[in-house]
Amino acid sequence: MNLDLTKKNLSDVNYFLQHLDKKSNERDFVIKNPLGSHALCAGLQDEMSVTIKGHVGYYCAGMNKNAHVTVEGNVGTGVAENMMSGTVHVKGNASQSAGASGNGGTLIIDGDASSRCGISMKGIDIIVKGSVGHMSAFMAQSGNLVILGDADEYLGDSIYEAKIYCMGKVKSLGADCIEKEMKKSDIVALQAILDKNKIKADASKFKRYGSERKLYHFKIDNVGNY
Amino acid sequence: MCGIVGIYLKNKKYNKQLGKLLTGMMNNMASRGPDSAGFAVYNKSNNFKYTICLHVSLTSKDLQKSLKTKIKSFKLKTISDHVVIITSAKPEKVLPLLKSISGIELVGYGKSIEIFKQVGNPKDVVKKFALDKFSGSHAIGHTRMATESAITTNGSHPYSTGEDECLVHNGSLSNHNNLRRTLIKNGIEFKSQNDTEVAAGYISNSLNNKKSLKDTLTSGLKDLDGFYTFITGTRDGFAVVRDEIACKPAVIAETKDYVAIASEFQAMAHLPDVNKANIYEPKPGVVYSWGS
Repeated sequence: MNLDLTKKNLSDVNYFLQHLDKKSNERDFVIKNPLGSHALCAGLQDEMSVTIKGHVGYYCAGMNKNAHVTVEGNVGTGVAENMMSGTVHVKGNASQSAGASGNGGTLIIDGDASSRCGISMKGIDIIVKGSVGHMSAFMAQSGNLVILGDADEYLGDSIYEAKIYCMGKVKSLGADCIEKEMKKSDIVALQAILDKNKIKADASKFKRYGSERKLYHFKIDNVGNY
Repeated sequence: MCGIVGIYLKNKKYNKQLGKLLTGMMNNMASRGPDSAGFAVYNKSNNFKYTICLHVSLTSKDLQKSLKTKIKSFKLKTISDHVVIITSAKPEKVLPLLKSISGIELVGYGKSIEIFKQVGNPKDVVKKFALDKFSGSHAIGHTRMATESAITTNGSHPYSTGEDECLVHNGSLSNHNNLRRTLIKNGIEFKSQNDTEVAAGYISNSLNNKKSLKDTLTSGLKDLDGFYTFITGTRDGFAVVRDEIACKPAVIAETKDYVAIASEFQAMAHLPDVNKANIYEPKPGVVYSWGS
């Protein structure tokens, strides 16, 4: 079904997708002329596939559960923020805080993601085919941030137990984030994520980064790092 | 919050539509700044030597009378509560003379700039000034949600503190009072308590000292403490810079015909061929410039 945002109101389109008739088999939707709208496809709860033809604004597909959203364009701040499950696939670039505090599901960005990608992520898998901006995976708690390109300054600052894999160069690591040994089990786990999402890349070419676990508890010696 | 927009035309075929394109951009950013709005349009092909833009509270007849005693030849163009003086007399001669006339406030001056700003919803402001009728090579606009100073015309952007210069800002500065005092000592004049005017003054001061715009904005990253996305306009083009934390948004769309910049993509969604544009975010702490 086609939904054209020059003919339909944004709130009406969102309401319609958020309250799909459970008995309906109509589960494929195409949104035309998004014109940079904010919060498009936020709060979807059901299994469905939505393709957005064009660029969108902030918080696209936020809080997503079960739905598969593809954006054929760029996205603004906070795409797939607090996602619970399902997939969000951005074919262009993403602005800052992509996948922020995501609990689950998969976010794939074909282009670059700017600063604070995966900030406070809590279980989501984020795959960026391009590069990420500064302070990505800031305070990331769990899940995987997979970067095929480079990472800008302070990657993984104050990170908890999320795993960062980066194939390119890392400009600098944030407080308490260190490079870790890429064990066989890590290669297998990463390759599984790449294969599942049909991304052609060799897991053994990535480096792994994670928490040194020195800032978990307050220590006066570390006061400069907090 | 605030919304900032700018467009620089690479292809002259859009020159006549410049005002119309900027109108759409500003209307789409009205939600980011409903308090007041302003814009600067650059047109080098104007057939006059200098423009001096004033916000006036007296009638243009009275202004004409007062000016006649001070300047030999000039024309006046009245749009809403603004008057543009068009004259061949040099600004350094005219500006001191204007100080003795009450009921006028200088908004900006230069060889190719025309600058207008007003309190009210941006959609109304652009209509009152008939922005869609303007043509030119590049233009900058601002929609304001006030944080740092009162909602008045002189609290609105763009700020112009030098010939053909202007600045719009989304963000706020924390060291503007100190910096203002230093700049006043260097001879820069300020008309408001606003933080952005200080940044504009900082840029003018540096350009007066023969520094390039790029060097000026690069040293600004060190000297201006706060958060910001700036668009600064000059006679020949404009530049964009974000502070190094970059929590204030900006997105650039570039085609073979134009470069557009805005706080949100929504502002540019109506621009011609925007879906074929190269769209990217300016990186933190990096100066991007076109034409200047």
